[in-house]
Amino acid sequence: MKELKLMKGNEAIAEAAIRAGADAYFGYPITPQSEILEYLMLERPYERTGMIVLQAESEVAAINMVYGGAGCGRKVITSSSSPGISLKQEGLSYMAGAELPCLVVNVVRGGPGLGTIQPSQSDYFQAVKGGGHGDYRLIVLAPQSVQEMADFVGLGFDLAFKYRNPAMILTDGALGQMMEKVWLDEQKPRLKDFPSWATTGKSADRERNIITSLDLDPLKQEKHNFNIQAKYKKMKEDEVRFEMIECDDAEYIFVAYGTSARICQKSVQLARERGIKAGLLRPITLFPFPEKPLKELGRQVKGMLAVEMSTGQMVEDVMLAVNGRVGVEHFGRMGGVIPSPDEIVVALENMIKKISKS
Amino acid sequence: MTKNITADDIVKEENLVYKKTPVLTDNVMHYCPGCGHGTAHRLIAEVIEEMNIQPETIGITPVGCSVLMYNYLDIDMQGAAHGRAPALATAVKRLMPEKFVFTYQGDGDLAAIGTAETIHACNRGENFTIFFINNGIYGMTGGQMAPTTLPEMRSSTSPYGRDVKMMGNPLKITELVARLPGTYYVTRQAVHTPVNVRKAKKAIRQAFESQKLKKGLSLVEIVSNCNSGWKMSPVQANKWMVENMFPFYPLGDIKLEGRLLNKE
Repeated sequence: MKELKLMKGNEAIAEAAIRAGADAYFGYPITPQSEILEYLMLERPYERTGMIVLQAESEVAAINMVYGGAGCGRKVITSSSSPGISLKQEGLSYMAGAELPCLVVNVVRGGPGLGTIQPSQSDYFQAVKGGGHGDYRLIVLAPQSVQEMADFVGLGFDLAFKYRNPAMILTDGALGQMMEKVWLDEQKPRLKDFPSWATTGKSADRERNIITSLDLDPLKQEKHNFNIQAKYKKMKEDEVRFEMIECDDAEYIFVAYGTSARICQKSVQLARERGIKAGLLRPITLFPFPEKPLKELGRQVKGMLAVEMSTGQMVEDVMLAVNGRVGVEHFGRMGGVIPSPDEIVVALENMIKKISKS
Repeated sequence: MTKNITADDIVKEENLVYKKTPVLTDNVMHYCPGCGHGTAHRLIAEVIEEMNIQPETIGITPVGCSVLMYNYLDIDMQGAAHGRAPALATAVKRLMPEKFVFTYQGDGDLAAIGTAETIHACNRGENFTIFFINNGIYGMTGGQMAPTTLPEMRSSTSPYGRDVKMMGNPLKITELVARLPGTYYVTRQAVHTPVNVRKAKKAIRQAFESQKLKKGLSLVEIVSNCNSGWKMSPVQANKWMVENMFPFYPLGDIKLEGRLLNKE
């Protein structure tokens, strides 16, 4: 039976991981996501389900523990915030190369560098374009509520295992820290049967399993690259998730994910009160990106405003999706500053003025 | 008329004094002639066969000359990023505590880029085994200075010899981790003579056996040569190793049953 609780977003992720039947969590403290590790240590999931929790010596060690556990076919999760996620990029590249599933949570804080501990959306490029070296992508989910923080844990694991590819929940300090009511799924059992590729010990009835991202033969490595690109193509066909609010008659739309999308819902309402037919397209999967619905909206609307807590990163993907058919602008605050619904409407009005002049 | 003698005439059950363990695959090893890796691989494979733990063993390979070790051992293996093998092994062993888990790492992998993972896995007392091949040089990348390169020793990045004032002293990481409470069995061996091969095999067996006790990490260092990197013939390299490496990295047990043998 589902259970209703009042929780922080970070805590909801931790509890959802236990209930999703995760086998292990490996992490390292960093603000604003340390509650995930703290909650797990307090909750003792190793007594509830047998799930392992370990505080690693670094983010680098943590992601490589994730690799080891994923290589055994287990459901493994890690979490961090921006600077720590940068440290995990090498490991994620290896996991994408070795085709290992895992779930990574990035509770984004403002950067660059040590930056701030306040919420931001400035890790979009890193999350959706690969992040580490080599041609690869992560499956990226962007929750906008504590409920979705919890729901996307199970979804993230399912997609990661379906495609044998790391999945990421890209959220931010606001969603991590704020408390909301959340319906928690009932406890799922942990996996008992492991994938055929997992290193569970070579029994007499099968060949040995090797987990590696190395192939020194360029033609084989190229073939491997084609294979993983085919998976990304399939994701683009089958896994795009998005939400449209008040788009039916919209003349202008906001494009925003996560916390920004939550704020933009209010901005849609305010704009409509001022007589602007505004709507919102909220990408839920950032990779694969909702290119098709944006392309279609590009035929309908007069302009799009990408609202992000960054200097403008997702806006590039919006532009690629509409391919010049309609004007696309960006509005953002950064460094840990959260935009207000009013200033977003002002930005929209400025964009409309510009468009009507031209 | 004399009959041509073929291999089939010689290889008969009654003549068989030695056979390759089936835990080694038939793949031709890529190691340089005279290198110790092949012998170390064989010893690990033989111990796995003798303990009958092939279906229970998971190995983690490093980055370095032995990056392709999974081509030679017929067991499930994972290839780690440079230096991170102990992190992988930590997860593998914790998720499957009944299995035998080992890492196989060179000195650059274990004692330079992977120092943090090595020390913390040892300190947590993870119940797996580290096989540490120390040849005092980066072999695969072409003979650069390693953390274990001896003072005055030449390499491609210490072409005038290792100047310890500029480049630091060689790191005796095995002695360092032996002092941590999480290590249970720490030993240093070599594989350049039949006597040493037998001793090394015994140590490898003891390391695997100690995993059953769940009392902490076992580490077997094997001081080895790198004749290509050292720019010597295999025979010269072994002689140089005995005369120069062994005085700095003395062979023998360092920690037995969780107790340091020689408290300096």
